[in-house]
Amino acid sequence: MKTEQAVILENVNIAKDTWKMTLQTSIAKEASCGQFVQVQVPGFYLRRPISICRIPADDRIVLVYKTVGDGTLKMSEMKAGETLDLFGPLGTGFPVEDRDVMVIGGGVGVPPLLETAARYIADGHHVTAVLGFNDAQSVILADEFRKLGCDVYTAAMDGSCGTRGTVIDAIRENSITETFVLSCGPLPMLKAVSENYSDGYISLESRMACGMGACMGCVVKDQEGGSLRVCKDGPVFAIGKAVL
Amino acid sequence: MDLSVKLPGLDLKNPIIPASGCAGYGRELAELYDLSRLGGIAIKSATPKERFGNPTPRIAETPMGMLNAIGLQNHGVDYIIENELPFLAQYDTCVLANVAGAAEEDYVEVIEKMNDSPVVDAFELNISCPNVKHGGIGLGTDPALAAKVTRMAKTASKKPVYVKLTPNVTNIVEIAKAVEEAGADGLVMINTLLGMRIDLRTGKPVLANNTGGLSGPAIKPVAVRAVWQCANAVRIPIIGVGGISRAEDVLEFLLAGAKAVEVGAQNFVDPYVCVKIIDDLPDVLAKYGYASVQDVIERSSR
Repeated sequence: MKTEQAVILENVNIAKDTWKMTLQTSIAKEASCGQFVQVQVPGFYLRRPISICRIPADDRIVLVYKTVGDGTLKMSEMKAGETLDLFGPLGTGFPVEDRDVMVIGGGVGVPPLLETAARYIADGHHVTAVLGFNDAQSVILADEFRKLGCDVYTAAMDGSCGTRGTVIDAIRENSITETFVLSCGPLPMLKAVSENYSDGYISLESRMACGMGACMGCVVKDQEGGSLRVCKDGPVFAIGKAVL
Repeated sequence: MDLSVKLPGLDLKNPIIPASGCAGYGRELAELYDLSRLGGIAIKSATPKERFGNPTPRIAETPMGMLNAIGLQNHGVDYIIENELPFLAQYDTCVLANVAGAAEEDYVEVIEKMNDSPVVDAFELNISCPNVKHGGIGLGTDPALAAKVTRMAKTASKKPVYVKLTPNVTNIVEIAKAVEEAGADGLVMINTLLGMRIDLRTGKPVLANNTGGLSGPAIKPVAVRAVWQCANAVRIPIIGVGGISRAEDVLEFLLAGAKAVEVGAQNFVDPYVCVKIIDDLPDVLAKYGYASVQDVIERSSR
Protein backbone atom coordinates (compact mmCIF):
# COMPACT_ATOMS: atom_id res chain seq x y z
CA MET A 1 0.00 0.00 0.00
CA LYS A 2 1.58 3.23 -1.18
CA THR A 3 1.03 6.26 -3.37
CA GLU A 4 2.79 6.45 -6.69
CA GLN A 5 2.82 8.47 -9.90
CA ALA A 6 1.95 5.76 -12.39
CA VAL A 7 2.63 6.27 -16.10
CA ILE A 8 -0.29 5.76 -18.46
CA LEU A 9 0.79 3.34 -21.21
CA GLU A 10 -2.57 3.10 -22.94
CA ASN A 11 -6.10 4.49 -22.46
CA VAL A 12 -8.60 3.19 -24.99
CA ASN A 13 -12.36 2.97 -25.42
CA ILE A 14 -13.40 -0.71 -25.45
CA ALA A 15 -17.21 -0.54 -25.28
CA LYS A 16 -20.04 1.91 -24.72
CA ASP A 17 -18.82 4.40 -22.05
CA THR A 18 -16.15 1.90 -21.00
CA TRP A 19 -12.39 2.44 -21.12
CA LYS A 20 -9.30 0.37 -20.56
CA MET A 21 -6.24 2.01 -19.04
CA THR A 22 -2.89 0.26 -18.71
CA LEU A 23 -0.50 1.78 -16.20
CA GLN A 24 3.13 1.25 -15.34
CA THR A 25 3.40 1.08 -11.55
CA SER A 26 5.25 -0.87 -8.90
CA ILE A 27 1.93 -1.19 -7.08
CA ALA A 28 1.41 -4.17 -9.40
CA LYS A 29 4.00 -6.15 -7.46
CA GLU A 30 1.93 -6.09 -4.25
CA ALA A 31 -1.48 -6.35 -5.89
CA SER A 32 -3.77 -9.36 -5.97
CA CYS A 33 -7.03 -10.21 -7.71
CA GLY A 34 -10.09 -8.35 -6.48
CA GLN A 35 -8.14 -5.47 -4.93
CA PHE A 36 -8.50 -1.87 -6.06
CA VAL A 37 -6.59 1.38 -6.39
CA GLN A 38 -7.64 4.92 -5.48
CA VAL A 39 -7.12 7.13 -8.51
CA GLN A 40 -6.42 10.86 -8.18
CA VAL A 41 -7.95 12.41 -11.29
CA PRO A 42 -6.44 15.87 -11.92
CA GLY A 43 -8.89 18.63 -11.02
CA PHE A 44 -11.00 16.53 -8.66
CA TYR A 45 -10.79 16.43 -4.89
CA LEU A 46 -11.42 12.87 -3.73
CA ARG A 47 -9.80 9.81 -5.19
CA ARG A 48 -11.91 7.34 -7.14
CA PRO A 49 -11.82 3.64 -6.21
CA ILE A 50 -11.33 1.49 -9.32
CA SER A 51 -10.88 -2.27 -9.26
CA ILE A 52 -7.79 -3.86 -10.75
CA CYS A 53 -8.78 -5.77 -13.87
CA ARG A 54 -5.50 -7.39 -14.75
CA ILE A 55 -1.92 -7.54 -13.49
CA PRO A 56 -0.11 -8.55 -16.71
CA ALA A 57 3.40 -7.96 -15.29
CA ASP A 58 4.84 -7.02 -11.93
CA ASP A 59 5.15 -3.40 -13.06
CA ARG A 60 1.81 -3.13 -14.82
CA ILE A 61 -1.88 -2.98 -13.99
CA VAL A 62 -4.96 -2.67 -16.17
CA LEU A 63 -8.02 -0.71 -15.06
CA VAL A 64 -11.30 -1.06 -16.93
CA TYR A 65 -13.68 1.69 -15.92
CA LYS A 66 -16.97 3.23 -16.95
CA THR A 67 -17.46 6.95 -17.46
CA VAL A 68 -20.19 7.48 -14.88
CA GLY A 69 -19.44 11.09 -13.91
CA ASP A 70 -17.19 14.08 -14.50
CA GLY A 71 -14.17 12.45 -12.83
CA THR A 72 -14.12 9.26 -14.87
CA LEU A 73 -14.93 11.32 -17.99
CA LYS A 74 -11.79 13.38 -17.33
CA MET A 75 -9.86 10.14 -16.73
CA SER A 76 -10.99 8.87 -20.15
CA GLU A 77 -9.45 11.98 -21.75
CA MET A 78 -5.99 11.30 -20.31
CA LYS A 79 -3.32 10.22 -22.76
CA ALA A 80 -0.48 7.71 -22.85
CA GLY A 81 2.65 9.23 -21.35
CA GLU A 82 0.75 11.27 -18.75
CA THR A 83 1.01 10.29 -15.10
CA LEU A 84 -1.81 9.33 -12.76
CA ASP A 85 -1.48 9.35 -8.98
CA LEU A 86 -2.48 5.97 -7.58
CA PHE A 87 -2.91 4.78 -3.98
CA GLY A 88 -2.93 1.04 -3.54
CA PRO A 89 -3.24 -1.82 -3.70
CA LEU A 90 -6.20 -1.58 -1.35
CA GLY A 91 -8.77 -3.89 0.15
CA THR A 92 -9.26 -7.60 0.62
CA GLY A 93 -9.58 -9.30 -2.75
CA PHE A 94 -10.87 -12.65 -3.97
CA PRO A 95 -9.37 -15.77 -2.39
CA VAL A 96 -7.51 -18.11 -4.72
CA GLU A 97 -8.71 -21.54 -3.61
CA ASP A 98 -7.64 -24.94 -4.85
CA ARG A 99 -10.76 -25.80 -6.85
CA ASP A 100 -12.77 -25.09 -9.98
CA VAL A 101 -14.85 -21.94 -9.98
CA MET A 102 -17.59 -20.01 -11.73
CA VAL A 103 -17.05 -16.25 -11.97
CA ILE A 104 -20.25 -14.24 -12.36
CA GLY A 105 -19.84 -10.64 -13.49
CA GLY A 106 -22.27 -7.88 -14.28
CA GLY A 107 -21.43 -4.79 -16.36
CA VAL A 108 -18.52 -2.85 -14.99
CA GLY A 109 -18.29 -5.44 -12.18
CA VAL A 110 -16.73 -7.85 -14.69
CA PRO A 111 -13.14 -6.42 -14.69
CA PRO A 112 -11.83 -7.68 -11.31
CA LEU A 113 -12.95 -11.19 -12.22
CA LEU A 114 -10.50 -11.33 -15.14
CA GLU A 115 -7.34 -11.37 -12.99
CA THR A 116 -9.18 -13.69 -10.60
CA ALA A 117 -9.99 -16.13 -13.40
CA ALA A 118 -6.39 -15.94 -14.63
CA ARG A 119 -5.10 -17.04 -11.21
CA TYR A 120 -7.47 -20.04 -11.06
CA ILE A 121 -6.53 -21.02 -14.62
CA ALA A 122 -2.83 -20.67 -13.78
CA ASP A 123 -3.38 -23.10 -10.91
CA GLY A 124 -4.85 -25.62 -13.34
CA HIS A 125 -8.49 -25.16 -12.45
CA HIS A 126 -11.51 -24.97 -14.70
CA VAL A 127 -13.17 -21.57 -14.83
CA THR A 128 -16.67 -20.87 -16.09
CA ALA A 129 -17.36 -17.19 -16.74
CA VAL A 130 -20.93 -15.93 -16.85
CA LEU A 131 -21.03 -12.28 -17.85
CA GLY A 132 -24.16 -10.13 -17.89
CA PHE A 133 -24.67 -6.80 -19.62
CA ASN A 134 -27.48 -4.43 -20.56
CA ASP A 135 -26.90 -4.86 -24.30
CA ALA A 136 -24.40 -6.15 -26.86
CA GLN A 137 -22.70 -2.72 -27.11
CA SER A 138 -21.78 -2.93 -23.43
CA VAL A 139 -20.09 -6.33 -23.55
CA ILE A 140 -16.54 -6.15 -22.22
CA LEU A 141 -13.69 -8.61 -21.74
CA ALA A 142 -15.57 -11.72 -22.97
CA ASP A 143 -12.75 -12.44 -25.45
CA GLU A 144 -10.13 -12.00 -22.74
CA PHE A 145 -11.86 -14.64 -20.60
CA ARG A 146 -11.97 -16.96 -23.63
CA LYS A 147 -8.26 -16.40 -24.30
CA LEU A 148 -7.50 -17.44 -20.72
CA GLY A 149 -9.29 -20.72 -21.41
CA CYS A 150 -12.55 -20.06 -19.56
CA ASP A 151 -15.91 -21.35 -20.73
CA VAL A 152 -17.71 -18.07 -21.38
CA TYR A 153 -21.46 -17.47 -21.35
CA THR A 154 -22.99 -14.03 -21.81
CA ALA A 155 -26.38 -12.58 -21.05
CA ALA A 156 -27.93 -9.29 -22.15
CA MET A 157 -31.06 -7.79 -20.68
CA ASP A 158 -32.28 -6.75 -24.15
CA GLY A 159 -31.48 -10.12 -25.72
CA SER A 160 -28.97 -8.61 -28.15
CA CYS A 161 -26.36 -11.22 -27.27
CA GLY A 162 -26.21 -14.53 -25.40
CA THR A 163 -29.08 -15.38 -23.12
CA ARG A 164 -31.88 -12.83 -22.90
CA GLY A 165 -32.06 -11.78 -19.27
CA THR A 166 -29.77 -11.99 -16.28
CA VAL A 167 -26.68 -14.02 -15.42
CA ILE A 168 -28.95 -16.34 -13.41
CA ASP A 169 -31.01 -16.91 -16.57
CA ALA A 170 -27.79 -17.70 -18.46
CA ILE A 171 -26.69 -20.19 -15.80
CA ARG A 172 -30.07 -21.98 -15.99
CA GLU A 173 -30.26 -21.92 -19.79
CA ASN A 174 -26.82 -23.48 -20.06
CA SER A 175 -27.34 -25.92 -17.17
CA ILE A 176 -24.14 -24.84 -15.43
CA THR A 177 -23.67 -26.92 -12.29
CA GLU A 178 -20.56 -25.35 -10.74
CA THR A 179 -21.36 -24.53 -7.10
CA PHE A 180 -18.38 -22.39 -6.02
CA VAL A 181 -18.83 -18.82 -7.26
CA LEU A 182 -17.01 -15.50 -7.23
CA SER A 183 -19.09 -12.52 -8.26
CA CYS A 184 -18.96 -8.79 -8.83
CA GLY A 185 -21.61 -6.52 -10.29
CA PRO A 186 -24.65 -4.40 -9.49
CA LEU A 187 -26.44 -4.94 -6.19
CA PRO A 188 -29.56 -6.68 -7.63
CA MET A 189 -27.26 -9.20 -9.33
CA LEU A 190 -25.27 -9.82 -6.14
CA LYS A 191 -28.55 -10.36 -4.28
CA ALA A 192 -29.65 -12.91 -6.89
CA VAL A 193 -26.26 -14.66 -6.72
CA SER A 194 -26.50 -14.77 -2.92
CA GLU A 195 -30.00 -16.26 -3.10
CA ASN A 196 -28.87 -19.01 -5.48
CA TYR A 197 -25.42 -19.82 -4.06
CA SER A 198 -24.02 -20.19 -0.57
CA ASP A 199 -20.44 -21.20 -1.35
CA GLY A 200 -18.42 -18.28 -2.66
CA TYR A 201 -17.61 -14.60 -2.48
CA ILE A 202 -19.05 -11.35 -3.76
CA SER A 203 -17.37 -7.98 -4.30
CA LEU A 204 -19.25 -4.83 -3.28
CA GLU A 205 -19.08 -1.29 -4.61
CA SER A 206 -19.33 1.84 -2.49
CA ARG A 207 -18.63 5.54 -2.45
CA MET A 208 -15.42 5.95 -0.48
CA ALA A 209 -13.29 8.69 0.97
CA CYS A 210 -10.07 7.30 2.50
CA GLY A 211 -10.10 3.86 0.85
CA MET A 212 -8.00 2.43 3.69
CA GLY A 213 -10.40 1.77 6.54
CA ALA A 214 -10.07 4.97 8.54
CA CYS A 215 -13.09 7.13 7.75
CA MET A 216 -16.05 4.72 7.95
CA GLY A 217 -17.57 6.28 4.83
CA CYS A 218 -18.26 3.00 3.02
CA VAL A 219 -19.60 0.63 5.66
CA VAL A 220 -22.20 -2.10 5.27
CA LYS A 221 -23.86 -4.09 8.04
CA ASP A 222 -22.98 -7.69 8.79
CA GLN A 223 -25.58 -10.27 9.83
CA GLU A 224 -25.07 -9.47 13.53
CA GLY A 225 -25.66 -5.74 13.03
CA GLY A 226 -21.97 -4.90 13.21
CA SER A 227 -20.17 -2.97 10.55
CA LEU A 228 -17.88 -3.99 7.71
CA ARG A 229 -15.71 -1.55 5.79
CA VAL A 230 -16.08 -2.16 2.06
CA CYS A 231 -12.63 -0.61 1.46
CA LYS A 232 -10.65 -2.60 4.05
CA ASP A 233 -12.61 -5.65 5.23
CA GLY A 234 -13.83 -5.97 1.63
CA PRO A 235 -14.61 -5.21 -1.13
CA VAL A 236 -14.79 -9.03 -1.30
CA PHE A 237 -16.92 -10.77 1.33
CA ALA A 238 -18.05 -14.36 1.75
CA ILE A 239 -21.62 -14.79 0.50
CA GLY A 240 -24.02 -14.07 3.34
CA LYS A 241 -21.55 -12.10 5.47
CA ALA A 242 -22.70 -8.61 4.52
CA VAL A 243 -26.33 -7.50 4.52
CA LEU A 244 -27.11 -6.42 0.96
CA MET B 1 14.07 23.94 13.09
CA ASP B 2 12.15 23.83 16.34
CA LEU B 3 8.54 23.04 15.47
CA SER B 4 7.45 22.30 19.01
CA VAL B 5 4.58 23.98 20.79
CA LYS B 6 3.24 23.49 24.31
CA LEU B 7 -0.48 23.59 24.88
CA PRO B 8 -2.45 22.50 27.94
CA GLY B 9 -1.90 18.74 28.20
CA LEU B 10 -0.35 18.63 24.75
CA ASP B 11 3.42 18.84 24.53
CA LEU B 12 3.54 18.79 20.74
CA LYS B 13 6.84 18.10 18.92
CA ASN B 14 5.24 19.78 15.92
CA PRO B 15 1.86 21.44 15.41
CA ILE B 16 0.41 18.79 13.08
CA ILE B 17 -2.50 16.62 14.28
CA PRO B 18 -4.73 14.45 12.05
CA ALA B 19 -8.30 15.57 12.76
CA SER B 20 -10.87 13.38 14.47
CA GLY B 21 -12.68 11.03 12.11
CA CYS B 22 -9.98 11.26 9.46
CA ALA B 23 -7.49 8.85 11.00
CA GLY B 24 -9.62 6.40 12.94
CA TYR B 25 -7.54 5.33 15.95
CA GLY B 26 -4.29 5.46 14.00
CA ARG B 27 -4.05 1.85 12.83
CA GLU B 28 -4.44 2.56 9.12
CA LEU B 29 -2.02 5.50 8.97
CA ALA B 30 0.45 3.45 11.01
CA GLU B 31 0.70 1.09 8.02
CA LEU B 32 2.05 4.03 6.01
CA TYR B 33 4.30 5.93 8.43
CA ASP B 34 5.50 6.09 12.02
CA LEU B 35 2.80 7.83 14.08
CA SER B 36 5.53 9.10 16.41
CA ARG B 37 6.33 11.66 13.74
CA LEU B 38 3.01 13.41 14.42
CA GLY B 39 2.60 16.18 16.95
CA GLY B 40 -0.55 14.42 18.02
CA ILE B 41 -3.57 12.52 16.82
CA ALA B 42 -7.23 13.36 17.40
CA ILE B 43 -8.95 10.00 17.56
CA LYS B 44 -12.44 9.29 16.26
CA SER B 45 -15.35 10.33 18.47
CA ALA B 46 -16.25 8.09 21.36
CA THR B 47 -19.85 7.88 22.58
CA PRO B 48 -21.11 5.98 25.65
CA LYS B 49 -22.62 3.17 23.56
CA GLU B 50 -21.82 1.72 20.15
CA ARG B 51 -23.28 3.68 17.23
CA PHE B 52 -23.62 2.31 13.70
CA GLY B 53 -24.06 5.79 12.29
CA ASN B 54 -26.00 6.90 9.25
CA PRO B 55 -27.10 4.86 6.24
CA THR B 56 -24.91 5.05 3.10
CA PRO B 57 -24.05 6.89 0.89
CA ARG B 58 -22.18 8.81 3.55
CA ILE B 59 -19.69 10.52 1.24
CA ALA B 60 -20.05 12.96 -1.64
CA GLU B 61 -17.42 14.90 -3.52
CA THR B 62 -17.72 18.66 -3.97
CA PRO B 63 -15.57 21.28 -5.71
CA MET B 64 -12.33 21.37 -3.66
CA GLY B 65 -13.90 19.42 -0.87
CA MET B 66 -16.30 16.75 0.26
CA LEU B 67 -19.44 16.14 2.25
CA ASN B 68 -19.61 13.46 4.90
CA ALA B 69 -22.43 12.16 7.01
CA ILE B 70 -20.85 9.29 8.92
CA GLY B 71 -22.96 9.86 12.02
CA LEU B 72 -20.36 9.29 14.74
CA GLN B 73 -19.99 5.59 14.05
CA ASN B 74 -17.93 4.01 16.81
CA HIS B 75 -17.81 0.92 19.00
CA GLY B 76 -18.50 2.82 22.21
CA VAL B 77 -16.12 4.09 24.86
CA ASP B 78 -15.54 0.76 26.64
CA TYR B 79 -14.48 -1.00 23.44
CA ILE B 80 -12.24 1.91 22.48
CA ILE B 81 -10.49 1.91 25.85
CA GLU B 82 -9.94 -1.83 25.70
CA ASN B 83 -9.12 -2.34 22.02
CA GLU B 84 -7.97 0.92 20.44
CA LEU B 85 -6.12 3.02 23.02
CA PRO B 86 -3.51 0.33 23.86
CA PHE B 87 -2.38 0.36 20.22
CA LEU B 88 -1.58 4.07 20.45
CA ALA B 89 0.47 3.59 23.64
CA GLN B 90 3.47 2.40 21.58
CA TYR B 91 3.80 5.77 19.83
CA ASP B 92 5.44 8.94 21.09
CA THR B 93 2.64 11.28 20.08
CA CYS B 94 -0.07 13.21 21.93
CA VAL B 95 -3.58 11.77 21.90
CA LEU B 96 -6.56 14.07 21.83
CA ALA B 97 -9.65 12.00 22.61
CA ASN B 98 -12.72 13.30 20.83
CA VAL B 99 -15.86 12.92 22.94
CA ALA B 100 -19.41 13.03 21.58
CA GLY B 101 -22.90 12.37 22.76
CA ALA B 102 -26.57 13.06 22.42
CA ALA B 103 -26.94 14.69 25.83
CA GLU B 104 -24.63 16.45 28.28
CA GLU B 105 -24.48 13.35 30.49
CA ASP B 106 -22.99 11.36 27.62
CA TYR B 107 -19.92 13.59 27.55
CA VAL B 108 -19.46 13.16 31.29
CA GLU B 109 -19.78 9.37 31.02
CA VAL B 110 -17.16 9.08 28.27
CA ILE B 111 -14.76 11.42 30.05
CA GLU B 112 -15.08 9.61 33.38
CA LYS B 113 -14.30 6.30 31.68
CA MET B 114 -11.32 7.65 29.72
CA ASN B 115 -9.95 9.76 32.57
CA ASP B 116 -7.57 7.09 33.81
CA SER B 117 -6.19 6.07 30.42
CA PRO B 118 -2.50 7.04 30.32
CA VAL B 119 -2.78 7.23 26.53
CA VAL B 120 -5.20 10.17 26.52
CA ASP B 121 -3.51 13.55 26.96
CA ALA B 122 -6.56 15.77 26.58
CA PHE B 123 -10.21 15.67 25.60
CA GLU B 124 -11.81 17.33 22.60
CA LEU B 125 -15.53 17.93 23.07
CA ASN B 126 -17.41 17.44 19.83
CA ILE B 127 -20.33 19.79 20.33
CA SER B 128 -20.37 20.52 16.64
CA CYS B 129 -21.07 17.39 14.62
CA PRO B 130 -23.72 18.26 12.03
CA ASN B 131 -24.65 14.63 11.42
CA VAL B 132 -26.43 13.53 14.57
CA LYS B 133 -30.06 14.16 15.28
CA HIS B 134 -29.83 15.08 18.95
CA GLY B 135 -27.18 16.99 20.82
CA GLY B 136 -23.98 17.55 18.89
CA ILE B 137 -24.51 20.65 16.87
CA GLY B 138 -27.47 21.63 19.03
CA LEU B 139 -25.18 22.07 22.02
CA GLY B 140 -22.63 23.89 19.93
CA THR B 141 -24.96 26.52 18.54
CA ASP B 142 -26.26 27.85 21.85
CA PRO B 143 -23.77 29.72 24.08
CA ALA B 144 -25.55 28.71 27.28
CA LEU B 145 -25.74 25.01 26.34
CA ALA B 146 -22.13 25.02 25.08
CA ALA B 147 -21.01 26.56 28.37
CA LYS B 148 -23.05 24.06 30.37
CA VAL B 149 -21.58 20.98 28.70
CA THR B 150 -18.10 22.50 28.96
CA ARG B 151 -18.56 23.11 32.68
CA MET B 152 -19.82 19.55 33.22
CA ALA B 153 -16.92 18.13 31.22
CA LYS B 154 -14.38 20.21 33.12
CA THR B 155 -15.81 19.05 36.45
CA ALA B 156 -15.62 15.41 35.34
CA SER B 157 -12.24 15.57 33.61
CA LYS B 158 -8.79 14.98 35.08
CA LYS B 159 -7.23 16.23 31.84
CA PRO B 160 -7.42 19.47 29.85
CA VAL B 161 -10.60 19.94 27.84
CA TYR B 162 -10.66 21.46 24.36
CA VAL B 163 -13.99 22.37 22.79
CA LYS B 164 -14.48 21.88 19.05
CA LEU B 165 -16.70 24.61 17.66
CA THR B 166 -19.11 24.59 14.75
CA PRO B 167 -19.02 27.33 12.13
CA ASN B 168 -22.75 26.90 11.56
CA VAL B 169 -23.67 29.79 13.87
CA THR B 170 -24.33 33.50 13.48
CA ASN B 171 -21.61 34.55 15.92
CA ILE B 172 -18.84 32.04 16.66
CA VAL B 173 -17.05 34.51 18.97
CA GLU B 174 -20.00 34.46 21.33
CA ILE B 175 -19.74 30.65 21.63
CA ALA B 176 -15.95 30.80 22.03
CA LYS B 177 -16.24 33.32 24.86
CA ALA B 178 -18.96 31.26 26.54
CA VAL B 179 -16.91 28.05 26.63
CA GLU B 180 -13.79 29.97 27.73
CA GLU B 181 -15.80 31.44 30.59
CA ALA B 182 -17.00 27.91 31.42
CA GLY B 183 -13.42 26.75 31.88
CA ALA B 184 -12.35 25.29 28.53
CA ASP B 185 -8.59 24.87 28.25
CA GLY B 186 -8.59 25.45 24.52
CA LEU B 187 -10.65 25.62 21.34
CA VAL B 188 -10.54 23.51 18.20
CA MET B 189 -12.09 25.19 15.22
CA ILE B 190 -13.79 24.69 12.87
CA ASN B 191 -15.88 21.57 12.43
CA THR B 192 -17.57 21.05 9.07
CA LEU B 193 -20.05 23.39 7.40
CA LEU B 194 -23.52 21.99 6.84
CA GLY B 195 -24.05 21.26 3.15
CA MET B 196 -25.96 19.25 0.57
CA ARG B 197 -25.61 17.85 -2.94
CA ILE B 198 -28.48 16.71 -5.14
CA ASP B 199 -28.14 13.99 -7.78
CA LEU B 200 -29.43 15.43 -11.07
CA ARG B 201 -30.55 12.01 -12.30
CA THR B 202 -32.65 11.06 -9.29
CA GLY B 203 -33.53 14.58 -8.13
CA LYS B 204 -32.70 13.43 -4.60
CA PRO B 205 -29.87 14.28 -2.19
CA VAL B 206 -26.68 12.28 -2.81
CA LEU B 207 -26.24 11.55 0.89
CA ALA B 208 -28.66 9.14 2.56
CA ASN B 209 -28.69 11.57 5.50
CA ASN B 210 -29.66 14.35 3.01
CA THR B 211 -27.23 16.82 4.57
CA GLY B 212 -23.60 16.42 5.52
CA GLY B 213 -20.55 18.29 6.72
CA LEU B 214 -18.46 20.12 4.14
CA SER B 215 -14.70 19.90 4.56
CA GLY B 216 -11.59 20.29 2.44
CA PRO B 217 -9.81 23.31 0.93
CA ALA B 218 -13.20 24.87 0.05
CA ILE B 219 -13.76 25.76 3.72
CA LYS B 220 -10.28 27.04 4.57
CA PRO B 221 -11.10 30.76 4.32
CA VAL B 222 -14.08 30.26 6.63
CA ALA B 223 -11.83 28.52 9.15
CA VAL B 224 -9.07 31.14 8.96
CA ARG B 225 -11.65 33.89 9.48
CA ALA B 226 -13.18 32.09 12.47
CA VAL B 227 -9.78 31.47 14.08
CA TRP B 228 -8.81 35.12 13.54
CA GLN B 229 -12.02 36.40 15.10
CA CYS B 230 -11.79 34.13 18.14
CA ALA B 231 -8.04 34.59 18.66
CA ASN B 232 -8.78 38.26 19.11
CA ALA B 233 -11.52 37.56 21.63
CA VAL B 234 -10.31 34.75 23.91
CA ARG B 235 -7.11 34.02 25.84
CA ILE B 236 -7.20 30.21 25.64
CA PRO B 237 -5.21 28.56 22.81
CA ILE B 238 -6.85 27.67 19.51
CA ILE B 239 -6.12 24.60 17.40
CA GLY B 240 -7.04 25.55 13.83
CA VAL B 241 -8.68 23.10 11.45
CA GLY B 242 -10.42 23.38 8.11
CA GLY B 243 -9.07 22.74 4.63
CA ILE B 244 -5.38 22.44 5.45
CA SER B 245 -3.53 20.64 2.67
CA ARG B 246 0.05 21.97 2.79
CA ALA B 247 2.64 23.64 5.01
CA GLU B 248 1.71 27.12 3.72
CA ASP B 249 -1.81 26.58 5.07
CA VAL B 250 -0.37 25.79 8.51
CA LEU B 251 1.49 29.10 8.52
CA GLU B 252 -1.71 30.87 7.50
CA PHE B 253 -3.56 29.40 10.49
CA LEU B 254 -0.68 30.26 12.84
CA LEU B 255 -0.77 33.84 11.53
CA ALA B 256 -4.53 33.91 12.14
CA GLY B 257 -3.86 33.09 15.79
CA ALA B 258 -3.88 29.29 15.99
CA LYS B 259 -1.15 27.55 18.00
CA ALA B 260 -1.44 24.16 16.32
CA VAL B 261 -3.54 22.66 13.55
CA GLU B 262 -5.53 19.58 12.67
CA VAL B 263 -5.50 18.15 9.16
CA GLY B 264 -8.74 16.50 8.07
CA ALA B 265 -10.07 15.64 4.62
CA GLN B 266 -6.69 15.95 2.94
CA ASN B 267 -5.69 12.65 4.57
CA PHE B 268 -8.16 11.01 2.16
CA VAL B 269 -6.55 12.68 -0.84
CA ASP B 270 -2.97 12.05 0.26
CA PRO B 271 -2.60 9.62 3.16
CA TYR B 272 0.95 10.89 3.69
CA VAL B 273 -0.09 14.55 3.90
CA CYS B 274 0.66 15.01 7.61
CA VAL B 275 4.28 13.85 7.37
CA LYS B 276 4.75 15.79 4.15
CA ILE B 277 3.58 18.96 5.90
CA ILE B 278 5.91 18.25 8.83
CA ASP B 279 8.81 17.82 6.36
CA ASP B 280 7.94 20.99 4.44
CA LEU B 281 7.13 23.25 7.38
CA PRO B 282 10.72 24.34 8.28
CA ASP B 283 11.42 25.58 4.74
CA VAL B 284 8.08 27.38 4.52
CA LEU B 285 8.57 29.09 7.90
CA ALA B 286 12.13 30.06 6.93
CA LYS B 287 10.97 31.39 3.57
CA TYR B 288 8.68 33.86 5.34
CA GLY B 289 11.30 34.84 7.92
CA TYR B 290 10.34 32.77 10.94
CA ALA B 291 12.82 30.89 13.11
CA SER B 292 10.41 28.40 14.68
CA VAL B 293 6.73 27.65 15.22
CA GLN B 294 6.97 29.48 18.53
CA ASP B 295 8.41 32.48 16.67
CA VAL B 296 5.34 32.63 14.41
CA ILE B 297 3.04 32.33 17.41
CA GLU B 298 4.80 35.10 19.34
CA ARG B 299 4.99 37.48 16.43
CA SER B 300 1.39 36.92 15.39
CA SER B 301 -0.08 37.18 18.88
CA ARG B 302 -2.42 40.04 19.43
